[in-house]
Amino acid sequence: MTSSYQLNHSDHLLHVLFDEQQKSLHISDAAINSIAAQLNLPRAQVESVLEFYSFFHRDLRGRFDILFSNCTSCGDLELMHQLCERLHVEAGKTRADGLVSIDQTSCIGMCDQGASMLVNGLTITSLSGEIIDHMAGLIESETPISQWPATWFRIGNNIRKEGLLLASSFKPGAALKSMAKRSSDEILEEITASGLKGRGGAGFATGMKWQFCRDAQSDNRYVICNADEGEPGTFKDRILLNSHADAVFEGMTICGSVIGAKQGYLYLRGEYRYMLEPLKNTLQQRREEGLLGSDILGLGFDFDIEIVIGAGAYICGEESALIESIEEKPGIPRIRPPFPVTQGLWGKPTVVNNVETLVAAARIVLHGHHWFEASGTWQSKGSKLLSVSGDCARPGIYEYAFGTTVQKILDDAGAENVQAVQVGGPAGRLIAAKHFNHCIAFEDIATGGSFMIFDESRDLLEIIHNFARFFAHESCGFCTPCRVGTTLLKNGMHKLCGGHATAHDLDEMKCTAAMVSRRSHCGLGMTAPNPIRDGLNYFPHLFEARLLHQEMEPEFNLDASLEEARKLTHRDDAEAHL
Amino acid sequence: MSKLRVGTTSLAGCFGCHMSFLDMDERIVGLLEHIEFTRSPINDIKHCEPCDIGLIEGGLCNADNVHVLQEFRENCKILIAVGACAINGGVPAMRNHFTLKQCLEEAFIDGIGVDNPHIPNDVEIPLLLSKVHPIHEVVKVDYYLPGCPPPADAFVKILTDLLEGREPSLPNEMLHYD
Repeated sequence: MTSSYQLNHSDHLLHVLFDEQQKSLHISDAAINSIAAQLNLPRAQVESVLEFYSFFHRDLRGRFDILFSNCTSCGDLELMHQLCERLHVEAGKTRADGLVSIDQTSCIGMCDQGASMLVNGLTITSLSGEIIDHMAGLIESETPISQWPATWFRIGNNIRKEGLLLASSFKPGAALKSMAKRSSDEILEEITASGLKGRGGAGFATGMKWQFCRDAQSDNRYVICNADEGEPGTFKDRILLNSHADAVFEGMTICGSVIGAKQGYLYLRGEYRYMLEPLKNTLQQRREEGLLGSDILGLGFDFDIEIVIGAGAYICGEESALIESIEEKPGIPRIRPPFPVTQGLWGKPTVVNNVETLVAAARIVLHGHHWFEASGTWQSKGSKLLSVSGDCARPGIYEYAFGTTVQKILDDAGAENVQAVQVGGPAGRLIAAKHFNHCIAFEDIATGGSFMIFDESRDLLEIIHNFARFFAHESCGFCTPCRVGTTLLKNGMHKLCGGHATAHDLDEMKCTAAMVSRRSHCGLGMTAPNPIRDGLNYFPHLFEARLLHQEMEPEFNLDASLEEARKLTHRDDAEAHL
Repeated sequence: MSKLRVGTTSLAGCFGCHMSFLDMDERIVGLLEHIEFTRSPINDIKHCEPCDIGLIEGGLCNADNVHVLQEFRENCKILIAVGACAINGGVPAMRNHFTLKQCLEEAFIDGIGVDNPHIPNDVEIPLLLSKVHPIHEVVKVDYYLPGCPPPADAFVKILTDLLEGREPSLPNEMLHYD
C-alpha cells in the first residue's frame, strides 16, 4: 500500500467537530451521523473522539461557553464562583435560557498573565473582580465577543531574559539558504555534533532521532511539531509560536529535507486557538516566498506543513497519543516499541519534535554546532527556555544556559520566601529549599520548561491536591493502574487536606503511588504520583501535621451517606443514623 | 495448642464466597483440627466474639452492614476482605451509577407489577447507604483474598499460611481467572 494520506485542514475530524460544537453548541446524534457520512468514518470513531476530548459536548453548552483555568498559576476559581453568582448559573451546568455555561479546564498556558479563561475557545487573561463584573453585564446583554474590550484578549510575551535562541535574530529562509552547499548528511552531522537533545522533557538526542527515522525503510516519512504544550506552568512554546514561528517552521522544513519527508504537521493545543490564524498566515507567506511547497529555494526538495488543532487533552502531548490524534482518533498512547521513528503517523517513520527543539535545530544549521555547544554543560548543550510563574515579582520567559542553579533563577525572577519550586510541571519534580543549589540540566534537574514558584504563604498540600486532581482528570482511561490509581491518589489528597486522614491513609497512598508509577502504560501514569512522592519525601512534616491520631477514619461520612435514604423513607429514628 | 478462632459473614454479597469456601470438601475436616468457627452462617451464631481471623464477604450497602463490619473489626485480630464485592463493591456496586432515589423508585414504585407502590420505611429495615462501598473504606483490612469467588484452594492457602505463622501470599495461578 502506498501512502497517499493527505489531510485537508477543514476535513479533519477534530476541526469538523469543533465547528459543529461552535455552531450548534453541542454535538447531537444527528450531527454524529452526518459527520461520519461526510468524512466517511465509522460512527463509532466519531463518537469515541467526541467523548474523549474535553472541548466537545453531547449536552447543550451556553451561547457563551466559559472555561476557567484551574492551574495553580493561571487559575483563580474564586473568580469563577463570582461570575457564576453574578449570572445565577451553577458551574458545570448550562443556564436554563441557554445563555451561558461556566466550567473549569486544565492549565491554559497563561501562567505569566494572571488568572485566565477561555470564552468560546478564545483566551482572556489578567482577570480581576472588576473585569468579571463587567463581563457578567456583557454576557447578560448578549454583547458579541467581537465587541468586548480588545485589551482583555491581549497576550503579552513577557520575555524577561534572552539567551542563545531568543537574543539572535532570525531571517525567514536564512537557515534553508545556508543548506545550499551542504548535503543532508552534513546537516544531520551538524545537528548530531551540536549535542541537541529534545526540549519537551524526555531529552532524547535529536540527531539520533532524525537518523533513526531516515534509516527506517519506507516510501514516506513525516515531521511533526509537538505544540501541545499542556504541562501546567509551561508557556514557552506560546512565545516561540507567537514571535518565532518562522524558525519553528524552518526547523520542521530542515528536518523534512534531512529525513526525506514531504509533509509536516504542527499539532497545536486547542487552548492556543487564537494563534491559528497568524500561524496559517506565516505558512502562507512562506509558501509565497518559496520556503514551503515544491522545490524549496531550488534545493530540489518538496515540503509543506499543515496545522492540526487539539481539543483539550493533556495526554496528546505524549508523542504517540499526538499521532493518534492527528489520525483522527482518541489520544490514547500506543504501545512502544515500535517507536514513531520507525512506525509513526499512518505507520510511517515519523520525527516528533518539541517546538523549542525545532527552533534550536534551525539555529544550529544557520550558526553551526560550535555556536550551540559553547553554552551549557558537558551533557546538556545549549540553552533552555523556562516558563517562570507563581509567587515572584517578574513571571515570564527566561532563557538560561544549561547549568544555571535554581537559586539564580529565583533571584532573577524576584522570588522571596520561597517554600518550594515545581520544576517540569506536576509531572516533574517538587523541590525544597535544600535543593535550590541544583542546576537545570538533563543530568541534574531535567525540565520541559515549567518552573512554578510557591512561597511560604501557600498551602503546599493544596497545591499537591490540585496536581492530583489534574492527573485524575487528564488520565486517558486506557490502563487501570492510571485510570483508577490517579483517582485513588486524588481521593487520598482530598481526605488529607480535609483533615480526615490517618497514618494508615498515608501508607496506603505511598503504596498506590508506587503502583501507579510502576504499572502505568505511559509517561502520564508513571509521573502522575511525583508531586505526592516528592511531597512525602521533602515535606513530610506538612503531611504529618494534618493527620488524625487514630487508627482509621472512614473514607466517607457514614451518617451523611444515609441522608438520602432518610429523606426517601421519612425516617429519623435511632436506627436511621450511623 | 488451642484452636484459632475464625468468624465469617456475608454483607452485601451473594454467599458465593462461602459456597466456594465449602468447596474445599474433605479438607475442611483437617482444617477443623486447627480452627473453630465463632460467628458464621455455617453455625448460625449471630454475634461475634473475640477471635483471631475474620473473613468478610460482600461490600457495604446498608447501615446494618456497617454495624456488622465494625463488630468484626473490634473482635478480630486479623480481618480479611474476601471476594470482589468486599474488595471493590462488586455487582451490588453497579447501582452506584444511579441515585438511590432512582433505584428505590424503580423497585418499589415504577416497576412492573408493583402492588401498593411505596418506598418501604419500616424501622426494622436497615437504611441503604447512598452508594455501595468496599469494606476497606470503613475499617482497616489486613489481607485481601480476590476472586469472584476466590477458589477453595485460595481459602486453604491463606488460612494455612496464617496457621503456620507465615505472611499470606497467593501464587500467581490463584490470582488469574482467565
